[in-house]
Amino acid sequence: MGTAPTRVVVTGLGAITPLGTDVPGTWQAMLAGQSGVRAITDEWAQRLPCQIAAWAAADPATLIDRVQARRLDRCEMFALIAAREAWADAGAPEVDPERLGVAVASGIGGVGSTLAAYDTLKEKGWQRLSPYTVPMLMPNGSAGWISIELGAQAGAHTTVSACASGAEAIGYAVDMIRSGRADVVVAGGTEAAILELNIGAFAAMRALSLRNDDPERASRPFDKGRDGFVLGEGAGIVVLESEQHATARGARVYAVAAGAGYSSDAHHIAQPEPNGTGARLAIGRALANAGVTADQVVHVNAHATSTPAGDLVEAQAIGAALGPRAGEVVVSSTKSMTGHLLGGAGAVESVAAILALHHRTAPPTINLDDPEDDLPVEIAVKPTGLQPRGEGPMAVINNSFGFGGANVAVVFTEP
Amino acid sequence: MAMSQQEILAGLGEIIDEIAGVPADEVTPEKTFVDDLDIDSLSMVEIAVAAQDKFGVEIPDDQLKDLKTVQDVISYVERASA
Repeated sequence: MGTAPTRVVVTGLGAITPLGTDVPGTWQAMLAGQSGVRAITDEWAQRLPCQIAAWAAADPATLIDRVQARRLDRCEMFALIAAREAWADAGAPEVDPERLGVAVASGIGGVGSTLAAYDTLKEKGWQRLSPYTVPMLMPNGSAGWISIELGAQAGAHTTVSACASGAEAIGYAVDMIRSGRADVVVAGGTEAAILELNIGAFAAMRALSLRNDDPERASRPFDKGRDGFVLGEGAGIVVLESEQHATARGARVYAVAAGAGYSSDAHHIAQPEPNGTGARLAIGRALANAGVTADQVVHVNAHATSTPAGDLVEAQAIGAALGPRAGEVVVSSTKSMTGHLLGGAGAVESVAAILALHHRTAPPTINLDDPEDDLPVEIAVKPTGLQPRGEGPMAVINNSFGFGGANVAVVFTEP
Repeated sequence: MAMSQQEILAGLGEIIDEIAGVPADEVTPEKTFVDDLDIDSLSMVEIAVAAQDKFGVEIPDDQLKDLKTVQDVISYVERASA
């Protein structure tokens, strides 16, 4: 008889999103079906076809010490704000520093700092670059800053897989605990890329919604009228902990971080594989990794970004992975409200999935006025109660897919 | 245009408050940057660049490393701007 594998539980949640500056504010706005999408009023937007985005609910610099804010990229501020909330929510546990880790992702890193520094370089010369320029633009800056603040010495890691980065970081953190490298890991993702370059570049791919005249209705996953995603920004963080460590300190447990599954499309650098094979494989592998059956799954927080191709492929993949009773699974795309947070998406949506499980209520998918025909799953258009469908604890899945063909699914179950 | 030591100290206090978050009234001549004011080498670079802008005095890297106390900077700026 071998020892039972280490179970990993979620004991803290943090987020700053277009819907709120913290988890309660974000969750409340989600249940109310609010949109965080706004018109971009900066003059640079006038040069671009897309003029809408989902800004975070507050300027993060107003929530960070003034001196520290000078040294942080906006994405690092988001990560630190969410990490502080998650850590406090977990009860600020006493942890051996060598057993405390960080896994915080970003899809792009400090691109705002990169662009600003390049302007400074060209206009004023290298001497005027902040000596903090490199730590501001490197994608692992957020993980590094969080590790410094918490004194985490087990490792500070950054997974990069475009829009799957945040979910991959959570999977990495689960593995850190299972493999015995850490007892507690602060994990998630962050992004701050609402900038002329990024909007322009995504527009060049024809990936963005151009519904400039109706921002709040622009992000409409699974709706026939969808025309692309809306760029959002913010961060989500979870505190993951070995069950033994959490139990020993009497921690409140939201959910079990039961497992993660991965695949790569090996098809196209930026388009989904049309049969959804990669997505289906990732979901199936996540269930196997978690030891969960398809019938335990009651809710999926879909990647669904509101692009014409991606949403349909994902719905088919969920249907294929969850089998004949997939129609009973409640699927939501919270991107309909938050926009697409890129490297922050998988983390914020994992937080939403965990809360859905915790409160037994799936958040709605807004703007779904005219759903695609023959979807193999039910899309929640209003807050929807979750009930067990079979044997075993209820499970929820967060799907996250990224350019490069990265597919990640993370499974959470009731404690 | 020569500045008094008091003027340089006041200007330096503003810079250090802005960059390192140390209140200007704690920036007194005898304080060391590293041990007393908890200012790291990266922030010292920022302070030196800001001091150049404010006082019109260039502080080369090989001089900067020898400026250990607030008084060292005051004396350097006073000498260089005389």
